[in-house]
Amino acid sequence: MELKIKAQAGSFESSDVLIMVEPQPLGVGRKIELESIVLQQFGEDLLNQINTDLDTFAISDVRVIINDKGALPPTISARLETALKRSAGIQSGTLS
Amino acid sequence: MLYIPGNNPAMLQQGSVYGADGVLLDLEDAVALNQKDSARILVSHMLEYISYEGCEVTVRVNHIDTPFGLEDLKQIVPLQPDAIRLPKVETLDEIKRIIDVIEQIEDEHQLPHDKMNVHVMIETALGVQNVYDIAKYSPRIDAISIGGQDLAADMQLVKANDGIGIDYARKQIVMAAKACKIDVFDTVFVDVENEEGLREDAEYIKKLGFTGKAIINPRQIEIVNEVFTPTEKEIRKAVKIVKAFERNTKEGIGVFAVDGKMVDAPVVQRAMRVLEMADIEMADL
Repeated sequence: MELKIKAQAGSFESSDVLIMVEPQPLGVGRKIELESIVLQQFGEDLLNQINTDLDTFAISDVRVIINDKGALPPTISARLETALKRSAGIQSGTLS
Repeated sequence: MLYIPGNNPAMLQQGSVYGADGVLLDLEDAVALNQKDSARILVSHMLEYISYEGCEVTVRVNHIDTPFGLEDLKQIVPLQPDAIRLPKVETLDEIKRIIDVIEQIEDEHQLPHDKMNVHVMIETALGVQNVYDIAKYSPRIDAISIGGQDLAADMQLVKANDGIGIDYARKQIVMAAKACKIDVFDTVFVDVENEEGLREDAEYIKKLGFTGKAIINPRQIEIVNEVFTPTEKEIRKAVKIVKAFERNTKEGIGVFAVDGKMVDAPVVQRAMRVLEMADIEMADL
């Protein structure tokens, strides 16, 4: 998947997460900025999940800004996938 | 059946705890046009992660002729929720076309055609006219529901909440469902604050023959459940009738009396339905 533009998905609602992704030049790597209401308890798990999901989509060079309001793993994966697809211009069947 | 907006993680993850018989994860009217992709992806992940144990899970997709419908089917059908709900179905050709697409997707994923049920929503005057042909088209259509708000708009009704304008449609849809021996669900009651109005509405549609009612707020579950759950008096009477039926059948008697009232096959059938709704097994009597 090739990221083209800055994009985001999710919200600041409780149990949700707002994720913004921004393409980075080749070789820069991943820059992940995490803010979470459960940072102490689940911060590491959350970062692992984000990295695993980025691996799935073969994304190496990206900036990801995460503002987590206590989202469950499926919500985090879903919001990241949506943000990545929006960034790549893949918004099948959706009016932008 | 509790409607849950498909782009709301908090409600999606708590959907099964309120005591509804079923949850409807909505990708259609409850989702803003610019969030359709987000909701579709979220519901897909939730279906794989959350256990809605004890609750029938239905996903309402967008109509296939909208820019979102086909993609909804491509994402949701492979996950095989208990049922998929198709909104605004109007003609036989249309339901044929949609079920063909569903079954093509199932074939691509090597999935059977008989696991996931199809619920059809009737929400236009044309749909009401064609409801029987639509409902009987496929054995996998196991329920029809009426979408009162959209139907009222299609009929250009100014006032929809009193149910007068959609009364004919309700009856027509019930009759089609009964003819096809499938479930039939009533529309939502949108005035969440009006609990007495909801009770009256639920009691009315139960008398018409509806199997259940869609709800939009967990506060409405208790009232609808109360209306649709047989009372102790109804259960006692049903038990008495079924026991008398079994006794009389052994003696070769087809028509008999219970508490001075004639009982024949249709009365027994209704008593059995009461016991079924109360989850009472015949063997337990």
